[in-house]
Amino acid sequence: MIYINSFLFCGLICLIGQVILDNTKLSAGHITSIFVVVGSFLDTFSIYDQIIAHVGAGAMVPITSFGHSLIHGALEKASDMGVMGLLMGMFDLTASGITAAIVFTFIFALFFKPKN
Amino acid sequence: MKHTKKWYVFCIISKDWFMLLLGDDMEKKKYEEIVAKHKPTETRGQNAFIAFVTGGIVGVIGQLLTEVYSSWFDISSKDAATFMLVTLIFLASLFTALGFFDKWVTFCKCGLIIPITGFAHSMTSAGIEYRKEGPIFGLGSNIFKLAGSVILYGVVSAWFFGLLRLLIMGG
Repeated sequence: MIYINSFLFCGLICLIGQVILDNTKLSAGHITSIFVVVGSFLDTFSIYDQIIAHVGAGAMVPITSFGHSLIHGALEKASDMGVMGLLMGMFDLTASGITAAIVFTFIFALFFKPKN
Repeated sequence: MKHTKKWYVFCIISKDWFMLLLGDDMEKKKYEEIVAKHKPTETRGQNAFIAFVTGGIVGVIGQLLTEVYSSWFDISSKDAATFMLVTLIFLASLFTALGFFDKWVTFCKCGLIIPITGFAHSMTSAGIEYRKEGPIFGLGSNIFKLAGSVILYGVVSAWFFGLLRLLIMGG
């Protein structure tokens, strides 16, 4: 069941993005930025946590979960440290993804040449 | 014939004007033909369907990897989700470097751009493309050329909403 939920939720988010891309002048960069903001907004009231509980990894894969992870780590740290915790914990949960992307990009950029 | 020369000049000029008008008209026609040829004809529904299916498949792969990792390494599903995201980032970076991920993205569009694979794809393609301009001003300054907006607006909105929640609900 959780596989079907994953499929439907992740597909639905991509569908919304594609509909916005085709019918407006916004580029892919605009859409991903908007989706990140939407993800962090949804987690402000813990809505995104409940979505993850029902949908599983289908909600972790889209870029909306990046915004959710940012604000989630910030709020976790803020419960101990107050307002400064927002700044300290911002990258707590997303650090792995960003670091992995940077390291893999660096390695592959050293060894591969552009194809076209 | 006194006005021969003038008449001749007039003829040439008017011919030029005529050709200009005609040429302009022909170019316009050609332009309209090209526009009509490249106009999307009923592909929006198809695009949306492809994006839905590919996005869903990526979500299912994520769920599958999460469960496999949590049973293999005996870790919580939250940690397994992090492993899964790193795996997807690695695969997207590798396929981009090998050259065939670009074709997948042009076919699936948002089905691969909206998942975390799009983030890794934008970084790796920018890194590989700008590497020839040097390690500092090429690779270093352009690696976040496309992914930087995601981080910028994500951090600013998370900080703002987090502050809002901290002030209103007390954390």
